[in-house]
Amino acid sequence: MRRLFMPLLVVATAMFAYAPYMIDGAAYESSMGLVQKIFYFHAPSGMMMLLSAIVCGVASALYLWRRKPAMDHLALASAELTVLYGLIVIATGPLWARKAWGIWWDWDARLTMSFVGWLIAISYLFVRKYAGPGSDKLGAALAVFGMANVPFIYLSVNLWRTLHPKTSVVPSLPPLIRGPFWFSALALFLMYLLLLTARLHLERQRAALDALYLAEED
Amino acid sequence: MFVSTALLVLKKDFAIEVRSREILYTTLLFALSCVLIFSIAFVKEGEPLLDAAAGILWIAVEFAGTLALGKTFERERYGETLRALLLAPAPRAAIYAGKMLGVVVLLAIAEVLLVPLVALLFHAPLFAQPLLLVALLAAGTLGFSIVGTLFAAMLVRARSRDVMLPILLYPMTVPVMIAGVRGTSALLQSPADTATAVMWIGLLTSLDVVFMTIALWTFEPLMTE
Repeated sequence: MRRLFMPLLVVATAMFAYAPYMIDGAAYESSMGLVQKIFYFHAPSGMMMLLSAIVCGVASALYLWRRKPAMDHLALASAELTVLYGLIVIATGPLWARKAWGIWWDWDARLTMSFVGWLIAISYLFVRKYAGPGSDKLGAALAVFGMANVPFIYLSVNLWRTLHPKTSVVPSLPPLIRGPFWFSALALFLMYLLLLTARLHLERQRAALDALYLAEED
Repeated sequence: MFVSTALLVLKKDFAIEVRSREILYTTLLFALSCVLIFSIAFVKEGEPLLDAAAGILWIAVEFAGTLALGKTFERERYGETLRALLLAPAPRAAIYAGKMLGVVVLLAIAEVLLVPLVALLFHAPLFAQPLLLVALLAAGTLGFSIVGTLFAAMLVRARSRDVMLPILLYPMTVPVMIAGVRGTSALLQSPADTATAVMWIGLLTSLDVVFMTIALWTFEPLMTE
C-alpha cells in the first residue's frame, strides 16, 4: 500500500478537483434545489463511517485473540476515521434536514443509531487516551460491540418508519445522479484509504519509538 | 461445571453482600433520589407529563445499575480478589456469568421497589399488563447487565474508571434503553398497546443474545494479562 500511496494521492486529488464539476453537472433535483447536492457528500461519508467501524471491529477482534500489534494500530486508525467521517455525516445531515424536513434534527431511528455509533467511536478514542495501561484491550472490546451496532444503523431505516430516506434510494438512483454519486463515493473511499495508510504509518513509527525508549531505559 | 461455577460466584457475592448490605442499600437510596429529582423536573402543577413514567423508570434503573456495577468491582479490586477469582481452575466465562447474575438479581430487587413507586408517584398504570412488564424489565435488565458487567470487569485495572464506566456504558446500552422505554410506554397507553410491547421484547431478546455471545466470547482474552 505504501508504494501505491503517491499515485493514489494524485488520483484522489484529481478526483476531488473534478468532483465539483461532476456534481454541478448532475441532474438538478427540483424539490430540494441546491441543497440536494449535499447528498453526494453525506451518503458516501455515511458509507465510509460504517465501513470504518467494521474495519475497526474486525481488527479489534483479531487483536483480542491473536495479539498482533499491527491489528491494534489498524483498529486505532480506523476508529479515528470513523469519528472523522461521522463528523462529516453529522455536520451535513442537519443542513439537508433543515431544507427537507424543516428541522435540524429528529430523533428517528437512523439518526439516533448513527449518533450512538459515532459516540461509541469517540468513547473508543477516550479509552485509548485516558484509560492507562490495558486500554488497548479495553478499547478492542468496545470496538467489537460497536461493530454489532453497524447492521442496526444500516437497517434502521427499513425496520422503522423514519424521516430519513431508506436504503433503497442508492440502488435506484436516476442515471444522471448515479454517475456523480459513485464518483464521489470512490473519491471519499480513496481518501479513506490514504488517511488510513498515513495514520497506520504514524502509529507504527510511534510504536517503534516507544520500543526504542524502553530499550534505552533497560 | 459452567453452571455450578457461575452459581458459586453468585453465592460468594451474595454471602458478602448479605453481611454488609452496602451495595443494596446505596443502590436503592440512589434509585429513590433519582425518582425524586425526576419528580421535580417532570411534574407540572401536580400532573406528571405524559409518558414520563416509562423514561423515569428506565433511567433510574440504568443510573442505579451503573452505581452498583462500579461498587461490585470496587470491592473485588479493594480485596485484590479478582485476580484470585480469575486464577481459579474454572472457565472464565462462568465467572463472568456469575458476576453478571449477581448484578441482575440486585437490579431486580431495585426494580421491585422502583416499579410500584413510579406507578404511585407518576399515576402510571404499570400493573395493567404485569406479565409483559416483567418480560420487558427482565430482558432489558439482562441486556444492561451483560454489557455493564463486562465493561466494569475490564475497567477494574484502568485509570479514571469511575468516569469511564458511564462514558462507555451509556452509548452501548442506548438500544436497550430505547427498547425498554418504548415498550413500557406502549404498555402505559390506554388501552395497552400489547403488540408494540411484544415487538420491543423481541428486539430486546435478540439484543441480549448478540450481547451475551460477544461478552462470553471476549471475556476470556480480555481478562488475560
